[in-house]
Amino acid sequence: MPMFDLNGKAALVTGATGGIGGAIARALHAQGATVTLAGTRAEALDELRTALGERVHAIAARMDEPADIERLAKDAEAAMGKIDILVNNAGITRDNISMRMKDEEWDKVLQVNLTGTFKLTRAVMRGMMKRRFGRVINITSIVGVTGNPGQANYAAAKAGLIGMSKSLAQELASRGITVNCVAPGFIATPMTDVLSDEQKKAILGRVPSGRLGTPEEIAAGVVYLSSEEAAYVTGQTLHINGGMAMI
Amino acid sequence: MSDIAERVKKIVVEHLGVEAAQVKEDAKFIDDLGADSLDTVELVMAFEEEFGIEIPDDAAEKIQTVGDAIGFIKGNAKS
Repeated sequence: MPMFDLNGKAALVTGATGGIGGAIARALHAQGATVTLAGTRAEALDELRTALGERVHAIAARMDEPADIERLAKDAEAAMGKIDILVNNAGITRDNISMRMKDEEWDKVLQVNLTGTFKLTRAVMRGMMKRRFGRVINITSIVGVTGNPGQANYAAAKAGLIGMSKSLAQELASRGITVNCVAPGFIATPMTDVLSDEQKKAILGRVPSGRLGTPEEIAAGVVYLSSEEAAYVTGQTLHINGGMAMI
Repeated sequence: MSDIAERVKKIVVEHLGVEAAQVKEDAKFIDDLGADSLDTVELVMAFEEEFGIEIPDDAAEKIQTVGDAIGFIKGNAKS
């Protein structure tokens, strides 16, 4: 049997219409998993659902709306019968130098990237505990470990995900549930497209691989951590960054 | 109301994988029935679901034996 087979598994992916989220959903689906796509843009969700074909559901939900989060967990479990794999990928940026950062920019990023992730995970973990199986994968970021000027809010939220994941990993390990993070470095997505050529050049100067990463390279890490084979890996952060930071 | 006691015991047997004979009213979940802290959380959640009640954290802390659980639920259950 090939490794990392996900036939019969059910996965919920948030932020599924984003560059990395879309690649994660496609990769889990390609390994055989049934996938529920969650995102804020209904049209983009439908497009991806159509592209993937069978074994796919789509649910529009906002991660800054507690009622949406509750409904998402419930509806995804109803649609698939269970949730084995939860990929918390939804995330936003509101970059600003700290002196200029508004409360609203700080609050929003923490609310969506960290608080929303906790609430959704809490809502999903009950079923995982009952079934004695679960894979929670939180998409954090290299900046959560290294920091980044202009991203105090984003870096704080992403660092928060790592600490949260380690705590949950300890709470849930005895129930067959692993909780890990994947920390992308500089990946070619709409989120990084907005950077100027000059900014990109400066960042690439710090990447030993000398190129941007691809969303598929992040998805491959998520597939591994979702698999039966990764049962003994928990509380870890898998850095996929072309050598940009070795930690 | 003895029905409540039976339902509580059934949940305990199912969740902890213990023999029904072990589930006496004075049996302590952790010391006598081998539950860990996560088991006790799961049990409380299972009781909440079964009886349609809410067990606040401070009340949950006091539920240490099967009899404690039955007593609390008898005092608070709607069904």
